[in-house]
Amino acid sequence: MRHPWVERYAPLATTVLVLIAIWYIAAIAMNLSLVRDAFEREETAYTLTDLISGTLSAERPLLPAPHQVAAAVYDSVFGYPPLAPRSLVYHSLVTLTATLLGFVLGALLGIVLALMIVHSRVLERSLMPWIICSQMVPILALAPIFIVVLGALGLHGLLPKSIISAYLCFFPIAIGMVKGFTSPEPLQVELMRTWSATPRQMLWKLRWPSAVPYLFASLKVAITISLIGAIVAELPTGAEAGIGARLLAGSYYGQTIQIWAALVASAVLASGLIGIVGLVERGVARRMGAH
Amino acid sequence: MDPRKLRLGFLFAAGAIVLALLLPSGPRSPSLLPSPAIWQTTACAGLLFLCAAWMANARATAFGLAGITLAGGATLAMLRDPAIAGSAGTGFWMIVIAVWLAAALCVVNLAAMRPLRTDRQNILNILVPLLFGAVVFYLWEVGVRGFGVPPVLLPSPSAAAAKFASSLPTLCTDFVQTFVRGVLIGYAIGCGAGLLVAILAHRYAFLGRGLLPLGNFFSALPLVGIAPIMVMWFGFDWPSKAAVVALVTFFPMLVNALAGLSASGHIERDLMRSYAANHSQSLSKLYLPAAMPFIFNALKINATLALIGAIVAEFFGTPTQGIGFRISTEAGRMAIDMVWAEIALAALAGMGFYGLVALAERATTFWHPSYRT
Repeated sequence: MRHPWVERYAPLATTVLVLIAIWYIAAIAMNLSLVRDAFEREETAYTLTDLISGTLSAERPLLPAPHQVAAAVYDSVFGYPPLAPRSLVYHSLVTLTATLLGFVLGALLGIVLALMIVHSRVLERSLMPWIICSQMVPILALAPIFIVVLGALGLHGLLPKSIISAYLCFFPIAIGMVKGFTSPEPLQVELMRTWSATPRQMLWKLRWPSAVPYLFASLKVAITISLIGAIVAELPTGAEAGIGARLLAGSYYGQTIQIWAALVASAVLASGLIGIVGLVERGVARRMGAH
Repeated sequence: MDPRKLRLGFLFAAGAIVLALLLPSGPRSPSLLPSPAIWQTTACAGLLFLCAAWMANARATAFGLAGITLAGGATLAMLRDPAIAGSAGTGFWMIVIAVWLAAALCVVNLAAMRPLRTDRQNILNILVPLLFGAVVFYLWEVGVRGFGVPPVLLPSPSAAAAKFASSLPTLCTDFVQTFVRGVLIGYAIGCGAGLLVAILAHRYAFLGRGLLPLGNFFSALPLVGIAPIMVMWFGFDWPSKAAVVALVTFFPMLVNALAGLSASGHIERDLMRSYAANHSQSLSKLYLPAAMPFIFNALKINATLALIGAIVAEFFGTPTQGIGFRISTEAGRMAIDMVWAEIALAALAGMGFYGLVALAERATTFWHPSYRT
């Protein structure tokens, strides 16, 4: 019998190691012609070792090696004061504020919509199909228009980005909460009715508590969507700060390592946000009496 | 719905029409309606609302709908007059309020109906949201043109539709570039690869245990951010868009298909073993059919993700065609009606794509409990 940790983490660790190895091999293969051309242009003699070490430390590689990305992330996080415009922390914070504001707006909108839909049959039948249709529209396509329209109304910076995030992330919350609010079983609803509970009591004492698991499941989906919305909203607007702006600048100037560093920052941000929602979920579950 | 409330509502609508006949509808037309045709149509609509108020039952909806059509047509005809468009008066807005009130009553009335026959119920299920949407579009049109909102801010739906009709060739090339080349090819590659890897991971449990957490992690990442790198690797044309779409659609398919492949029950698996079925037989006869609902779930999620991925990838550089390219350049030139036409195109493409996937799902997983009620 092996140790449970081995059982659990050995496959994951193996897969990660294999992926990193593939990454290194791909980096060597993809940058090889680049480095060879550079050597031949300077007409210096080179060996295979030179070539390989060159592929792993190129200035503007097609695919940077993992250690280059790690060094770039370390450098841009700790190399500058946190609020300097070259610091990744600063750009992440800009994107994070837009994400969080959009997330809060979207969550409120989603919950209010779900409440309206649950309490009114008319709204359920007339609004619900349009909510679903709104998600089949590639909403990110609306991003430039939002920016133009809101810019013409005198709104710049944070709010337009958050509105795009909110527009993207209200949907999973609305759908999840409709499901959650209607999840109490008929038996429980009838029990409440025999106690002649008012609709408000029904909401607070039965529907809300039973909707909590659905709420957190959809919040986890929504917060990553909100982050995507904030990043994409920074692309067409030519924003000067934020992870999306770093991606755009990196692609304009061919700074591949900078793009990868921004991607790593967005990954850290996404997993951190999901982790926080998960922690809150666990805390709430404990307060509600789960073990 | 309570017939007294219904009667009161339709009476209010008729009253609004009467007010509209008395109040000025524009800055220069002193009392109402310049031409007799519009005057008569509006009065007719008012009479129909009165009829609806008198009946106040399910049949009132038909009269209400007829009145809405007449009054709505009258307001749209009035907007042709340059004296009214942009500076509409109280009389004009009274008709709009009457239309809105009557339409709301009709929607409520229709939604409350419970016909016994299922085909009528199906028609109602389509009619109610359609009516709702038509009213929203009507209010948008009338609001934009009545208040004279500058077209740079928000064009009227009719202007966007006219632009759509007049620039069909451009839209067609954009559609082919973004949807047929970028989205469809990337979607096929991404979903196919996701399914293949899921089958492998299901076969070899070690691989599965390693890939599942990674797949969950990656499907939560903002993967569209990879777009600039793909543009750098595969060039400006459609292969880079297809690559982004393939990457974005891969992980949802992997995670969902893996969940679906392990969804078959113990009893079924034991039965396959007692038939001495080898792995490929159980795969094609048990695991894949059982995974179908999950796979279609991923296909539906991916249908919207794919379109978003392709459009976002076009923000990073394209040949001079494509939906995302056109949106960003036309927005820069303040040609907002063209942007809305492109959005309408993207929306139609997205809904059509989603609808096709949903139809295919209904045809292949007809046995699933969610379709048998």
